[in-house]
Amino acid sequence: MIKVLKAGFYSTIQDKGRFGFASFGVPFSGVMDAYSADLANSILNNPLTNAVLEITFGGCVLKFLNTTIICISGADFSPKLNDKPILLNSKIRVQKDDVLSFGKINFGVRCYLAISGGIDSPIILNSRSQFKNVTFSFKINNGDIIPIKQQPKEFFSSKSSIKIRKAHFSSEILECNVGPEFDWLSTTQKEKLFTDNFTISKNNNRMGYQLNEILNNKLPQLLTSSVLPGTVQLTPSGKLILLTRDCQITGGYPRILQLSENSINRLSQKTTNYVIKFTLKVI
Amino acid sequence: MTNQITYKQFGDNAILIEWKPIIDKNILSDIITYKEKILQSDLEYLDIIQAYNSLTIVFNFKVNNVKNKIFKLQSIYSSILEIEKKTLYKWEIPVCYDLDFGIDLQEISKKLKISIDEIIKLHTTPNYTIFFIGFLPGFFYLGGLNKKLFFHRKSTPRLHVDKGTVAIGGMQTGIYPNNSAGGWNSIGKTPIDFFNADKENPCFAKAGDEIKFRSISKEEFYQIEKDITVNVFKIHKTLKYD
Repeated sequence: MIKVLKAGFYSTIQDKGRFGFASFGVPFSGVMDAYSADLANSILNNPLTNAVLEITFGGCVLKFLNTTIICISGADFSPKLNDKPILLNSKIRVQKDDVLSFGKINFGVRCYLAISGGIDSPIILNSRSQFKNVTFSFKINNGDIIPIKQQPKEFFSSKSSIKIRKAHFSSEILECNVGPEFDWLSTTQKEKLFTDNFTISKNNNRMGYQLNEILNNKLPQLLTSSVLPGTVQLTPSGKLILLTRDCQITGGYPRILQLSENSINRLSQKTTNYVIKFTLKVI
Repeated sequence: MTNQITYKQFGDNAILIEWKPIIDKNILSDIITYKEKILQSDLEYLDIIQAYNSLTIVFNFKVNNVKNKIFKLQSIYSSILEIEKKTLYKWEIPVCYDLDFGIDLQEISKKLKISIDEIIKLHTTPNYTIFFIGFLPGFFYLGGLNKKLFFHRKSTPRLHVDKGTVAIGGMQTGIYPNNSAGGWNSIGKTPIDFFNADKENPCFAKAGDEIKFRSISKEEFYQIEKDITVNVFKIHKTLKYD
């Protein structure tokens, strides 16, 4: 078990998401940056479906009540075990009463804490992903006890750590397919979309990222239809909204682009004022 | 009846199936039948999103051969397979239109020049069809609001709307399944739970069902609320015939 001494800025339990409940209006949720979460689980030889802790900007302090092995991947918030720096993307052995904390933000927005065996919080509608009004709480809170699965018998940690692709954090390019209403755009609007730089507004979270720049348009409203994580919506006021994992399942704004899975992962490591560029996937 | 249906790739992992962009009960029934056929087929998928004029099939893998997938879907649609039709119900939803709950009733009444009693009568008369559930877990998209009650959304949404609030937004009426922000005009409140994740079936109703509102007093509201907490309240339902 893990005791949450400090919940930090925003940390949630996530797995690969909640599927099969769209007919009740339930969003998919799941880890924002699946690339990093998969990496953390893989290093521990966990199934990729194991639940992890998604930690935004660090700030949280966790105390382990069992001996176990952990791995942290994704953003670098200078993780420390009992105040001693630990490696990212590496197996770390943790003893009972060890305290994990974070320090300086070096790069990225979300890191993933995987635990050997996985987090064992209740499964609600086929998933452990926390979401408002579906799970008991929509994030972890001070004092929470996070259950973890039985620790494995064999322990070994290693000093090696896996090198990750730098572009995952540094690249400004978001690859996408055309969205269902892409053809509603004029040639000039399409050109602008693929040549301009865009910046992320302060309205960015697990539901979606709004951009600062305006794409003037007179597109008609869409009769409410499906949206997916990665859908880029264009509002009548010209705002672009990039939907992410906790997005609603339906929406009424034209869907002009659809980000690739990899681009959703990359976007998840960006925040306010970061620059992005859209590029069409070559088929 | 033949419906014009189009198929589009929607990102790497999904296929979007679209009907004519109108709110129409025939389209709804075509969509329900199609979805039912998919559920009973051997097609592997992660989830299906239903909306007024669309079905979106989400896969857990990249759809490499889109043409093949579309062909497969088309053959499912045109299969004459006898599908087991789901029983459709009409649900009676008790709503208290007291001014304490219907905090926008007076404004609507003034602007539309319709008395509050008449608003309640117009709102409780129709059988509303559930077209799909979206926006929030347990939010029903309903068709059938009387034109006389069309009322524009608030220019600035309220930051807090109570769970159970019955509201009008533009040409639609709906119920907030949980506390949330919202831009619709509150006309009443129901004690009924529209979403409960602890239940195997989190919503009591489904797309294709109908609901009808019944006006209740504040006393009855609190009584039902109490009955729900001790699990003795059953929503009144009748069979819906096409």
